[in-house]
Amino acid sequence: MNKMTVSRRSILKTGLKAGAAGLAASALPFGLARAQSPITLGAVYVGPRDDFGWNQAHAVAMDILKQVPGVTVIEEENVPETDAVAQSMESMINLDGANLILATSFGYYKPFVVETAKKYPDVQFRHAAPLWNADTDPKNAGSYFCYLNQAHYVDGVAAGLCTKSNKIGFVAAKPIPSVLSNINSVLLGAKSTNPDATVQVIFTGEWSLPVREAEAANALIDAGCDVITCHVDSPKVVIQTAESRGAKSCGHNASQAPLAPNGFITGAEYKWETIYKIYADDLAKGEELPNFIAGGYHNDMLRNTAYGAGATPEAMKAADAAIEGLKAKKPIYVGPLKDNKGNVVIEGTMDNYDPVLDGMNYLLEGVQGSIT
Amino acid sequence: MSVMASSAPAASRGLNPRAVRMIEAILIPIGALVVSALLFSIFLILLGKSPAQFFNLIWVGGFGSAFSIQNTLQRSAPLILTGLAFAIPARIGLTLLGAEGALVLGGFTAAAIAIPLVTGGWPAFIGLPIMAATAMATGAAWIGIAGWLRHYRGVNETISSLLLGYIAIAIMNFFVEGALRDPGSANKPSTMPIGDAYRVGPIPGTSVHWGLAAGIILAVLLYILMTRTTFGFAARMTGGNVRAAQAQGLPVGFLVVACCAIAGACAGLAGFYEVAAVHGQANASLVAGYGFTGILVAFLARQNPLAVVPVAIMFGALAAAGGLVQRRMGMPDATVLVLQGIIFVVLLVSETFYGRIPFLQPKTGERT
Repeated sequence: MNKMTVSRRSILKTGLKAGAAGLAASALPFGLARAQSPITLGAVYVGPRDDFGWNQAHAVAMDILKQVPGVTVIEEENVPETDAVAQSMESMINLDGANLILATSFGYYKPFVVETAKKYPDVQFRHAAPLWNADTDPKNAGSYFCYLNQAHYVDGVAAGLCTKSNKIGFVAAKPIPSVLSNINSVLLGAKSTNPDATVQVIFTGEWSLPVREAEAANALIDAGCDVITCHVDSPKVVIQTAESRGAKSCGHNASQAPLAPNGFITGAEYKWETIYKIYADDLAKGEELPNFIAGGYHNDMLRNTAYGAGATPEAMKAADAAIEGLKAKKPIYVGPLKDNKGNVVIEGTMDNYDPVLDGMNYLLEGVQGSIT
Repeated sequence: MSVMASSAPAASRGLNPRAVRMIEAILIPIGALVVSALLFSIFLILLGKSPAQFFNLIWVGGFGSAFSIQNTLQRSAPLILTGLAFAIPARIGLTLLGAEGALVLGGFTAAAIAIPLVTGGWPAFIGLPIMAATAMATGAAWIGIAGWLRHYRGVNETISSLLLGYIAIAIMNFFVEGALRDPGSANKPSTMPIGDAYRVGPIPGTSVHWGLAAGIILAVLLYILMTRTTFGFAARMTGGNVRAAQAQGLPVGFLVVACCAIAGACAGLAGFYEVAAVHGQANASLVAGYGFTGILVAFLARQNPLAVVPVAIMFGALAAAGGLVQRRMGMPDATVLVLQGIIFVVLLVSETFYGRIPFLQPKTGERT
């Protein structure tokens, strides 16, 4: 955690600087700016590019880089988090001449991105999770990340006003900090508009287990939940199951609105194109890419999916207001807060980017479920 | 066998049965590969893609440069070991799907035993053999259970080994997400890293890890064991007819469990190399499907331990080139899976040609 703390502090500084640079650069039309030398960008995805989730969010945003003159984008999907990813990155470098690699899955970083970056010091590597450590990791590597829990908070705000049973169902993959933070943010968002709201969570144990995800969604609906959301790699099955059962739903990672024409409320989405645009601008100018970019609503790195038929007018209004609040860095975690075992876990008010939140290992009071 | 060989009238045509079998063993798989390539070409043409470009990319990505060859060999290393893990029990008539579980559990126990060794300051030349032995023993015990259940309790070994695999993964997850979790691995639960001193480096002059060498050596040793020793003869005889073997007084129970244990040790060793040479710790990435790809490898090699090596290298090449096919031809990752599927089906069909190729048959039609 100490490593994380250091990088997390530096994040915000670099992130803001990079954000400002990006804004300045975006004033330049691409036509005038030209890449100094040709860039071949290799993008590696852990799943299919059309998974309605994490990988699709990246693949869609990658389009902005494809439009930069002098940049060729090559892509490889379904690359597992084993030495296969090291081999794929090396293959891109050796056979396609890639000189910038975007490795988009959490488990790619250690040891594969770090070791490959040491082996190829002339190639730039950027990885989509806040793991790069300025003290120990190669300078030609780096990280980029968005704190999605802010958008899940907005989901919760809307869901709190859309539920009639006051029960929100959450299908979660693994009880790790980033997932727990999303669950707790949904709860706090829902409670802000509906003090009676509770969240019921089922952990499937894996990132992609479509059958169990469908079972979990059905079980939650059977238990009385009338709004379903999730944090799994591909939310497709969960959202479709909720829709077919007549429940409302909130999305995750990418837009699942087309999957639920009747019940979709809104969804938490990454806005990777903000970061990719910063990269694209730096590439077009022939400048070095920043080593660390991270952020959330305040620097335009998140969005919520356009409201679907499941969102009530009050919910839309409250969610819009919540987004404005987050843009102004209004805190989500306002203490004192207890976990669902009765222990006080947050005493004061936490900044939305406080590194302590990265170590979250509890479910807040109001969440029914267990992480053990 | 020697009795059958001397009585076979094939000699009347100048072909001895042993030579016929060898010719068949080479000709039929190659024929199957050619037919698969033709069928896959039709598939590509229907998609509007060029088969010539595809096979050229497979060559370039799999073997076309020093880098490509190393990429291929690195990917084939675990497949040799998991291929052996299917092939050896198959010789005694068992269809075991347990290599995945044995690999995962072997890798996990290797990473677990490394924790006290590393913190106790033991040097790597003592620690690494202990890790490897632990991984092999765990794998051997795990698949040995399936063999024991099969022989002594009559439990179908295919089902039990497959289900044991899921239990193995669950056991690893239980410890990796609980008691043995490295507190620093917040968002990807893992065991404590074994550290650089305990990492198995590449074979000198290459980027390929030592698991490849271990796989090749084991393939040769197991080939000798299965074809040149009384143990291997007894095992193959048991595979041919259990009752006859029992009537001959062969220790069938021992043979079954021993073959399963050998298989488990191979898979466990693959798990050791995944931890010591690739990941540096145990986590969910150990569940990469090598155990299941090994089944295809062993099938294509017709359960011959020596043939497992080139077949695993072919699968390694397909995997290595798969990325290049995606990148250059804009085809989905599933393309290579389609090719593998076609190869597997054609290969199963080609099994029926053994002993039925007219020009290789003796006049009396006797098959040997």
